[in-house]
Amino acid sequence: MRPFRYARAENVAGAVALLARSPEGAFLGAGTNLVDLMKLEVLTPDLLVDVRQLTSDAVEELPDGGVRIGAAVPNSDLAAHPLIRRRYPLLSEAILAGASGQLRNMATTGGNLLQRTRCPYWQNITTPCNKREPGSGCSAIDGFNRDMAILGSSPQCVATHPSDMAVALTALDAIVRTEGPSGERTIPLAQLHRLPGNEPQRDTILQHGELITAVDVPPLPYAVRSRYRKVRDRASYAFALVSVAAAIDVQDGVVRDLRIALGGVAHKPWRATIAEQALRGQPADPDQFWAAASAEVAEARPLTHNAFKVPLARNTIVETLLNLTGISG
Amino acid sequence: MDVDISIRVDGDTHRLSVDTRTTVLDTLRERLGITSPKKGCDHGQCGACTVLLNGRRVNSCLLLAVAHDGAEIVTAAGLAVDGQMHPMQRSFIEHDAFQCGYCTPGQIVSAVAMLGEAAAGWPSFATPAGEQPATPDSGGMRDDEIRERMSGNLCRCAAYANIVPAIREVAEA
Repeated sequence: MRPFRYARAENVAGAVALLARSPEGAFLGAGTNLVDLMKLEVLTPDLLVDVRQLTSDAVEELPDGGVRIGAAVPNSDLAAHPLIRRRYPLLSEAILAGASGQLRNMATTGGNLLQRTRCPYWQNITTPCNKREPGSGCSAIDGFNRDMAILGSSPQCVATHPSDMAVALTALDAIVRTEGPSGERTIPLAQLHRLPGNEPQRDTILQHGELITAVDVPPLPYAVRSRYRKVRDRASYAFALVSVAAAIDVQDGVVRDLRIALGGVAHKPWRATIAEQALRGQPADPDQFWAAASAEVAEARPLTHNAFKVPLARNTIVETLLNLTGISG
Repeated sequence: MDVDISIRVDGDTHRLSVDTRTTVLDTLRERLGITSPKKGCDHGQCGACTVLLNGRRVNSCLLLAVAHDGAEIVTAAGLAVDGQMHPMQRSFIEHDAFQCGYCTPGQIVSAVAMLGEAAAGWPSFATPAGEQPATPDSGGMRDDEIRERMSGNLCRCAAYANIVPAIREVAEA
């Protein structure tokens, strides 16, 4: 590991100011991903500003019926929280589908959103990678790309976003609250992460020194019946090949509203807006689900080893909607 | 950059100066000679380094010591009380729940903490939707719950067939 200085601040503003003065510095939350990447020398910050004690570690009810999650809330606490389990079971399921008990005890809400891709070429400093070293090339496109993206990728980068929690929060239209050198702002989670385009080195739209302080989840009454379905190589402790976070409101056999987000398929949590639009107002039946899911993946551009993800994503969407609506396929 | 820290391990307080790069695992093993937490992968994937940090199971290889000044740590060795083995330690021996033994301290710390998490009502991915998790108080735990909750502890000898019954017996006690 490269040498670095360690600093604490009195409050969020102090931490932001410290980092704003250090272009090569980074915030340290629990460090479950950052410390690992520093050991690998994929990331080499010269300063760590410890923010774990600075933001809220509480889950609070908001007046509008939503929930505010402090950035320092550990993943374990969030998954077990009664409000989350009752109102947003897909979020609890998504968190419990990720990592291990030990990691969830450490990892924070803010850090989970900002974890980096697990693309093996990004994590290996001996291979070219446009995300790690812009302009050096992408080793994954013509390499072992079974785990890579099928949607929204670019000729520069085909990495996927690894978080399960972020997929559920994207389906829930979560709002990220930040404080940075330019002050406070709110960012819809769907806009926090970027597609790689020509700047794959930038995962998010956050400025240097901008800290996530909380995540707000708006009310969604029909999410009391919602689901996170994760397909992976092992039954536990593996990243998603494809995952689906979904909630659906069916009344009198008609889809009133629904939310679908996909994990494991893109550089960011993928909101399935095409499928949602295709189904809203339509009869809730297997043929409609199939058509909508097929439309969502119609633009997929699979690589040599991951064409299986296209039907897998389609089928997992359909299976999840059938399960939620109690319709047998 | 060296920083002075104080940590409490298995009941003893230690004050020392550490390089900011030093993990809690390396502090325990290399600086303090406390070798029950093992270094397996050193990347938070295998669970051999599992300790209790302020009561919660964590991977000590991913913790920077400098960020845990004042922490209370319990290792597998610290689970024994007055020279008496913890019931989980005894159960692992009685069930022959290891072969090489390298992952065992991490398995035991993790298992003890995992039963506490279940007893506190924390669900797992194996908990049926809408149900409270099975706990030691509610008649023990199903094997799939134990396996799911222990998935962060790998055993490359594959002693799982005996690890699960060893944990189940303590859960049912």
